Amino acid sequence: MNNFIEIHNLVKKYGKQTILNNVDLTLKKGEIIGLIGPSGAGKTTTIKTALGMEKADSGSALVLGKQMPNRKILGEIGYMAQSDALYTSLTGAENLEFFCEMKGVAKKDIAEQIEYVSEVVDLTDALDKYVKEYSGGMMRRLSLAIALLSYPKLLVLDEPTVGIDPALRRKIWHELNNLRSQGCSVLITTHVMDEAEKTDRVALLLHGEIIAFDHPQVLEQNYGVPTIEDVFLKAEQKEG
Amino acid sequence: MRVTAIVKKVLKELFRDKRTLAMIFLAPILVLWLMNVMFASNSSTSAKLAVVDVPHQVNKNLDKVDHVSIKKYTDRTQAKKKLKQNKIDGVIYYHHNKYYVDYANTDSSQTALTKQALKVAITGQSITKMKTALTQSQKQLVKLSKQLAIVAQKNGMQVPTKPGTQKKTKPKKAKKAKIINKYHYGNSDTGFFNKIVPILIAFFIFLFVFLISGMALLKERTTGTLDRLLATPVKRSEIIYGYMISYGIIAVIQSIIIIVVTIWLLNIEVAGNVMWVILISILVAMVALAFGFLLSTIAESEFQMMQFIPLVAVPQIFFSGIIPLDSMANWVSYLGKILPLTYAGDALNQVILYGRGFESFAGDMLALLIFIVVLVALNIVGLKRYRKV
Ligand SMILES: Nc1ncnc2c1ncn2[C@@H]1O[C@H](COP(=O)(O)OP(=O)(O)OP(=O)(O)O)[C@@H](O)[C@H]1O
Ligand SMILES: [Mg+2]
Repeated sequence: MNNFIEIHNLVKKYGKQTILNNVDLTLKKGEIIGLIGPSGAGKTTTIKTALGMEKADSGSALVLGKQMPNRKILGEIGYMAQSDALYTSLTGAENLEFFCEMKGVAKKDIAEQIEYVSEVVDLTDALDKYVKEYSGGMMRRLSLAIALLSYPKLLVLDEPTVGIDPALRRKIWHELNNLRSQGCSVLITTHVMDEAEKTDRVALLLHGEIIAFDHPQVLEQNYGVPTIEDVFLKAEQKEG
Repeated sequence: MRVTAIVKKVLKELFRDKRTLAMIFLAPILVLWLMNVMFASNSSTSAKLAVVDVPHQVNKNLDKVDHVSIKKYTDRTQAKKKLKQNKIDGVIYYHHNKYYVDYANTDSSQTALTKQALKVAITGQSITKMKTALTQSQKQLVKLSKQLAIVAQKNGMQVPTKPGTQKKTKPKKAKKAKIINKYHYGNSDTGFFNKIVPILIAFFIFLFVFLISGMALLKERTTGTLDRLLATPVKRSEIIYGYMISYGIIAVIQSIIIIVVTIWLLNIEVAGNVMWVILISILVAMVALAFGFLLSTIAESEFQMMQFIPLVAVPQIFFSGIIPLDSMANWVSYLGKILPLTYAGDALNQVILYGRGFESFAGDMLALLIFIVVLVALNIVGLKRYRKV
């Protein structure tokens, strides 16, 4: 199994509105890909449909070699939703412990897991605080920490770095590269274009179609512009 | 195990939410206390009665009864007119050793008081009649034995001291007067507070548990944690079981509070075993729980959940036996059969009012169990809306 994600001809409609129109996307083992596109383009919808939280109208999604939706495979995926869904009356540690148990982490490994993920997102000192007393960025970080639990083979992160300061963002990217070198794959959506530069491949989603999907440098060459941000703007103009 | 982890998490959240906790445990007590105050004031009921051609002795006895006052009328139609005008609470008419009673019956406790008073008055009268009859026959007996003694002395015979051989003169038994009741409204079954208590218990448990359970899953959904939860390999059934168990624990405590408060505060006599009352209430609570979960998957917000209360909870009280269903149209009684409170009310009636044993409400309990199983299954399937597997 070389492709961790394989999406074929995915079509998703909400009522009469077609959100995804024949989307194809592949994520190889040990690769970080970025999914970019204007707000409302359907990035979140792509992820949710691929993971089986939304029903696709047609097309197929293989995740880790299994046809989705598939419940068991979810244990090997670290998913971070766009919104911080946390239990605010529990502490950070209690949130992490709960999701460890949900992911099926063995009891004896839980403490070690919590230590590792809270180190990555720099929350070790705030673990005993109630989440309702967290700042916005802290919640985002806890959310990311939950996604990292149980050493998932595949990380699916929906705008993980919103509200996170530059130093910590650098640390997180360092960790993502680390995971990649261990054979993990990452699918990340972002509106921060210099993050997109750091990925192995960038998929540009516009009007429900992937209009470009390649290495950042190749895309910049094809569009004859110096940055991914310019690629984004130019593509949007052209399709406008 | 995932289920226990969910139970632990839900209970932790609940016990940290002091306001919800107060709502769960104090609100029922408050409501029941208010009811107690309401019904306690009812005990000083008085009745004003019109009497027409009623024997003098009965009139006297009636007047002696506390909270009952009488007014003599010579014409029955005139008395009835007064009844219609709400000036009096009942008309008693005596004719050919029969009492014809018309009740206003707008207040069932007044009706009960009137009935009780009339019974007492009439029995009182029969007793006096019987007494006089008895004393008379005793006097005759004494006379008879005296005469016998004289005759015996004359004939030189011994007189048996035992009066056993003598012919007994039976006292003329006072013929019991018949009472014929007529109700201006309803019938003799028309609600007496006692009668609705079992149903009220069932209803309160249903209502309060329904409320808290509906909020629970709803919060999980609106904050997005349900999506996150479903992004882990947890089974849908594990989520529902976890919630059923944790809220079930709360519901059991709440039901016991409601029962204890009702029985103790409202001074209700439970004819049967209180343990049955608690067991039935727990079943009701579980039905309400599963029902609340189910509806919370339809509701978009807490506000919509509140709107389900008049729609779902309140109609049930009408079908649960407060109003006798046999007098209603067929479809109405069929509708009652698909509402869980019908069974809960009946089972609690059997225990509280009639003191019957398990066999008389086993069917009701089975029905409640079926409701629970079906609703839980529907919930597990219903979660498919949020994850396809
Ligand atoms: N549950 C839903 N019902 C109806 N329409 C929806 C629903 N969810 C999303 N949409 C629509 O689908 C489109 C794509 O939404 P999506 O959330 O995938 O965008 P996105 O690319 O993630 O945007 P953003 O960058 O703002 O997160 C939008 O037009 C949105 O209005
Ligand atoms: Mg999005």
